[in-house]
Amino acid sequence: MAFITANWNPLGDAFYRKIELYDMGWSLRDGLKDCMVAAAPYGGPIALLRQSQRPSPSARPQLEIYSSSGVSMASFPWKSGPVRQLGWTVCDDLLAIQEDGTVLIYDLFGTFKRHFSMGNEVVQNQVLEAKVFHSPYGTGVAIVTGASRFTLAMNIDDLKLRRLPEVPGLQGAPSCWAVLTQDRQTKVLLANGADLYILDNTSCTPVTPPGLSPQACSIINMAVSFSYKYLALFTDSGHLWMGSTNLKDKLSEVETKVRSAPKQMVWSRRPKSQQPSVVLMWDRLLLVAGVCKETIQYTLDEECVCVAELDGVRIVGASRHEMLQEVPSACEDIFKIASMAPGALLLEAHKEYEKCSQKADEYLREIKEQSVLGEAVKQCVEAAGYEHEPETQKTLLRAASFGKCFLSNFPPEPFVSMCRDLRVLNSVRDYSVGIPLTHTQYKQMTVQVLIDRLVYRKLYPLAIEICRYLKTPEYQGVSRVLKHWACCKVQQKEEPDESIARAVSVKLGEAAGISYSEIAARAYECGRTELAIKLLEFEPRSGEQVPLLLKMKRSQLGLSKAIESGDTDLVYTVVTYLKNEMNRGDFFMTLRNQPVALSLYRQFCKHQEQETLKDLFNQDDDHHELGNFYVRASYKESKLEARLSLLQSAVDEYNKAKNEFAAKATEEEMKLLRFQRRLDEEKGEALLGLSLHDTLHALLSANYHKQAEQLYRDFRVPDKRYWWLKLTALAEKEDWDELEKFAKSKKSPIGYLPFVEVCVKRHNKYEAKKYVSKVTPEQKVKAHLAIGDLEGAAEAAIERRSEGEISTVLARCSPTTDRALLERLNRARSTAAKK
Amino acid sequence: MAHSVRRDAPELPDFSLLKRLARDQLIYLLEQLPGKKDLFIEADLMSPLDRIANVTTLKEHEVDKLYKVEHKSIVSTSDQLCFLIRPRIQTVKWICDVVNADKAVGKFRRYKVIFCPQKFYACETLLEEQGIIGDVTTDEWSFYLLPLDDDIISLELPEFFRDNFLEGDQRWVRTAGSALHLLHSLYGPFSKVYGIGRCSKMAYESWREQVKEGEQRVRQADIGNVFLIDRDVDLVTPLCSQVVYEGLVDDIFRIKCGCVEFGPDVTSSDKSMKVMLNSQDKVFNEIRNEHFSQVFGFLSQKARNLQTAYDKRSGMDIKQMKTFVSEELKGLKKEHRLLSLHIGASESMMKKKTKQDFQEMLKTEHSLLEGFEIRECISFIEEHINRQASMVESMRLLCLLSLTENGLLPKDYRSLKAQYLQSYGVDHLLTFSNLKQLGLLVEQQPGETLTVMESRVGKLVNDKTAGKLTDAFSSLAKKSNFRALSRRLNLVPKSDEEYDLRVPRDMAYIFSGAYIPLSCKLIEQVLERDGWTGLEEVTRMINGHEFAVTAGSNGSDPRGRSDAQRIILVMFLGGCTYSEISALRFLGKEKGYKFVVVTTAITNSARVLESMLDNHA
Repeated sequence: MAFITANWNPLGDAFYRKIELYDMGWSLRDGLKDCMVAAAPYGGPIALLRQSQRPSPSARPQLEIYSSSGVSMASFPWKSGPVRQLGWTVCDDLLAIQEDGTVLIYDLFGTFKRHFSMGNEVVQNQVLEAKVFHSPYGTGVAIVTGASRFTLAMNIDDLKLRRLPEVPGLQGAPSCWAVLTQDRQTKVLLANGADLYILDNTSCTPVTPPGLSPQACSIINMAVSFSYKYLALFTDSGHLWMGSTNLKDKLSEVETKVRSAPKQMVWSRRPKSQQPSVVLMWDRLLLVAGVCKETIQYTLDEECVCVAELDGVRIVGASRHEMLQEVPSACEDIFKIASMAPGALLLEAHKEYEKCSQKADEYLREIKEQSVLGEAVKQCVEAAGYEHEPETQKTLLRAASFGKCFLSNFPPEPFVSMCRDLRVLNSVRDYSVGIPLTHTQYKQMTVQVLIDRLVYRKLYPLAIEICRYLKTPEYQGVSRVLKHWACCKVQQKEEPDESIARAVSVKLGEAAGISYSEIAARAYECGRTELAIKLLEFEPRSGEQVPLLLKMKRSQLGLSKAIESGDTDLVYTVVTYLKNEMNRGDFFMTLRNQPVALSLYRQFCKHQEQETLKDLFNQDDDHHELGNFYVRASYKESKLEARLSLLQSAVDEYNKAKNEFAAKATEEEMKLLRFQRRLDEEKGEALLGLSLHDTLHALLSANYHKQAEQLYRDFRVPDKRYWWLKLTALAEKEDWDELEKFAKSKKSPIGYLPFVEVCVKRHNKYEAKKYVSKVTPEQKVKAHLAIGDLEGAAEAAIERRSEGEISTVLARCSPTTDRALLERLNRARSTAAKK
Repeated sequence: MAHSVRRDAPELPDFSLLKRLARDQLIYLLEQLPGKKDLFIEADLMSPLDRIANVTTLKEHEVDKLYKVEHKSIVSTSDQLCFLIRPRIQTVKWICDVVNADKAVGKFRRYKVIFCPQKFYACETLLEEQGIIGDVTTDEWSFYLLPLDDDIISLELPEFFRDNFLEGDQRWVRTAGSALHLLHSLYGPFSKVYGIGRCSKMAYESWREQVKEGEQRVRQADIGNVFLIDRDVDLVTPLCSQVVYEGLVDDIFRIKCGCVEFGPDVTSSDKSMKVMLNSQDKVFNEIRNEHFSQVFGFLSQKARNLQTAYDKRSGMDIKQMKTFVSEELKGLKKEHRLLSLHIGASESMMKKKTKQDFQEMLKTEHSLLEGFEIRECISFIEEHINRQASMVESMRLLCLLSLTENGLLPKDYRSLKAQYLQSYGVDHLLTFSNLKQLGLLVEQQPGETLTVMESRVGKLVNDKTAGKLTDAFSSLAKKSNFRALSRRLNLVPKSDEEYDLRVPRDMAYIFSGAYIPLSCKLIEQVLERDGWTGLEEVTRMINGHEFAVTAGSNGSDPRGRSDAQRIILVMFLGGCTYSEISALRFLGKEKGYKFVVVTTAITNSARVLESMLDNHA
């Protein structure tokens, strides 16, 4: 396996390897010379700010954005102010920090997104140096100004500027500095000559690294590891000090014999690193200095840039893109020359097996004897993950799969998931995509973020393929990608609304959890209202639909949608909106066409705005409701005059509504009220507000027969009612004389049975008897029974020969006392029955 | 003479779970406002709250004092106020006044408003308009359903009827949908849903939407079928006098939230007494569904049995006596107490109901239902009005007349209305306007033109616009078509046969054999036909919106499924009466179903009509 270890270099007891990731696709005439370069970690994009070839004052520099494989994504002349620093945010946005402290944010395709400023003070003093850093809080920016003051922005999405305290004795920029995140605090570590300071929010503390060689009189470069745990300092005596960032431990110190300042210095570590190192880069030299004090040296034939990664360093040059990293122990075990590790033996066994050689069995036997076959399979699977070349990955996986056959209870998951992961990784590492992620980085970054990044690069088909392949739940996977796709689609200005809407609906039709309203909102943001409305048609949730329609000033449509939904809260939202938005007339007209909304608004007005209610009826020419409105209002009014005038308005409205009945009834009510008032004033009766019936009753009870008579005539009270009234009123007063007079006044329209009954009710049988004779024959039996005259009742019943009536009387007779009567009745009944 | 329950009648699911859920959520909400606080409770939430959490429970969660919301200034000294209210504009307005009054005197308090069962946008807008949205925190207590009994669940929303059917305000429909959704998620999945009425349809749609939005859980269904019905499909039934014991108790004493207060005339002592009326009450459980004429006989039989049980004592030795006292006596005592209460109640009802006028009133009612001797009925009503007998009763008879006769003749309409106004005051002009709008009391339309046109349009186009047109027509002239419906569905049994109330033969027994409630008959027919086929004519006369949907979920266990299939949830939108519940119980026994009645509120004639009054107080 000589070819695999060919690019390995020993460093201490570990190896370092440099793998070529890409032949760069860009063609840069002058290489990376005179370029400001920013490359994002996790195989992110690369931004270049190239000074123009012709040095003329009017010439603009060119800003170019490439993928990691050098495929151009954007290129445009830089028209803003001079740039001090470029950097990438965690979500792949480009930051350009200008001399005047303005930070411009562009997306991956060079579209300007927004800008912010690092403070007013900076405008005067200019930014000397700037750094973009990442922390758990997001992407931050740190600058040092011409006045030697540091300013920090911890998170550019939630901008809070922090101006750090002054550093004593610092003139201009420090010789070197770095941003640290420690204990949830962000600090600046800076060197001024040989002095080292830590700057935090409140103070500036001088510090000394333990065991820094005394020859040094200036620290000229420093590097902080990816995890912010380790620090490297480079002194003008050519010494490289390595230790922890808390400056308590020293790892080692290496003499490099180079005294000039390195152009770049980055840590190269990996999780479970055996031999961490620092990579230093000079013009033609790349030096890897390990903790073990040994070094590896590479010569560089072109201008390069180092990018620190979680598990190594990427070296980007004009023609090549390489990865320098410590060889992971699994790979080392398998590929190291003459390795007897289980994985190495298994790989060998499989190789022999493919050659159909019996040696395969020997190797296998050897592994099995040590009973490390499981270990061997695991090693091969792990190593496959660390290899960049698909061929090597395949070889290792095949060996693992071969070994697995001889194991009975080896869990399949690690193997399967590694195969899947590698398939995804190989597809994103592809030249056209250009995201050279390692397996370690991929695991750290998660699939979600990877999908996001692909979406951000508009690589929708690939993103969807990956989601489907990994069986990501639709909601987080395919649907999310499709939504982004649709949001992007609606921004394509050249396509007509109709075709976009169709394209979107066809693609998104079946996907679960798609919010059309979000897509529509995006379309609206781009000024495509019509398209947005078309898209909203697809939105099943009216709750999402309606607010956007309102925002787009399509309130009519919003109102119908809200009503369709049956959600009254939604209807009400629209109604309130319309009320504030439209003038009254239009508002009422709109409501008029929507009965549901109208009744809802009426309900509200009934409690809140009585006057509006009136206007509403007025608008509709709903005179009947207006009449009702005035009547209702009249009851709330305590003053009689006001009440009468309200009732008059009601009469007018009822007349307009051609509701004669109501008009007349209201008029009579007014008449009654006036009458009652007059009487109240004259006689001191409390009649006001009583109904006609009650008024009459009150009058009759109080012996105002004349007035009652007048009311009876004026209001054309039916005779029956009047008789009933007078009858009960007199009986209640037990005014029997008056009652008798009344009975004789003329023929009773209600008959005379009621007279009998009221008397009996008042326990006056004597009076009752007076009227029995006047009762009609049909009611005679009842009348006799009412006064308890069984004989009379029996007489009447027999006379009438009514079987039913005879039975009624019979039922009242008691067998002991009324024997004679019983017999008579029974006889009569049998004769009546015969007939 | 209780019917023996069919052996294979399915068991009802346990609805007390609903109470527990509501209780836990309430406690959680109260704990969101830590520390001592005063609680203001909306008047009509007091009884339902009492069924969920008693005062001790509230005190355990640091409720200091309890007040009823009375829409006037408050006297609380607590620095934390909690309001438990229905989402009504008046109440929210009152809260705004309370908060603003505190602000005016510089008093600082914390306020929390808990809306039950949900908040409405209008309420929040009001808080915002009054500038106190920042001062109060709002929450929702999603207490939709209160189980009143084993088979009765109420939403306790009496205003549903007026808001929805009179004012056209559909805000409670979603609430009904949510209630249905809650039942679906706890006791579903429902496999078949039938319904009739516009509101039912909307509630159904709202529920489906919520199902779609929420997550699906696969479980064994406890309830298989659902029937949704709008109250305005059948307005006749709730307007009839109730003569079944439970209904009669409701008509006379007014059962509130499953609890009745018997006055001194019933308890035969000097104080009133609150009694819970549900299946826990053994005596009540046996008589609740009986026709009133049978109740007295049953009670006296019961009394005799009780006496025999007591009499057992006489021949006992010490040991037997000991077991008797420890085991039986308590039960007997309790039964004794209940028995004497119900006898008292029956006596009191007897006094009121056996009077001649009541008998005559029943006779009139039955004539109206049969469409027989209408002129006599009208003069009876006239006399009733003229003598200023009960205002509500007069109105009830007028409405029944109009409903059964498809409106009053213009002459009668005017004269009866005029007499009514003279008797009870001209403010009833507004009431009549409401009754007309709802179609309870209308003038006969000249000719049948509308119906004809309506049906023609309905037949020609069968889409939404046609539906809207029909709606428009029906709002012009709401017709009850009662007579035709009654003929088609045989609602009125032949009067020449003697009806034995002791052994009822159909649901008509709840109205002394005079009338089978339309609502229950519809349910029976639809369940029998498994849909609306064959009932097209009927639904057209009711003005439709009928639907029958199979949800399509087929359970795995056929036996368990069939059990659930025979449990039918009937949801009345706009309220139902105890008589209807009795009728459904009867139907269930006959056909081997179990009905669970869900209603927006328990109603009766008085409640329906009182909701039509325009309260000008």
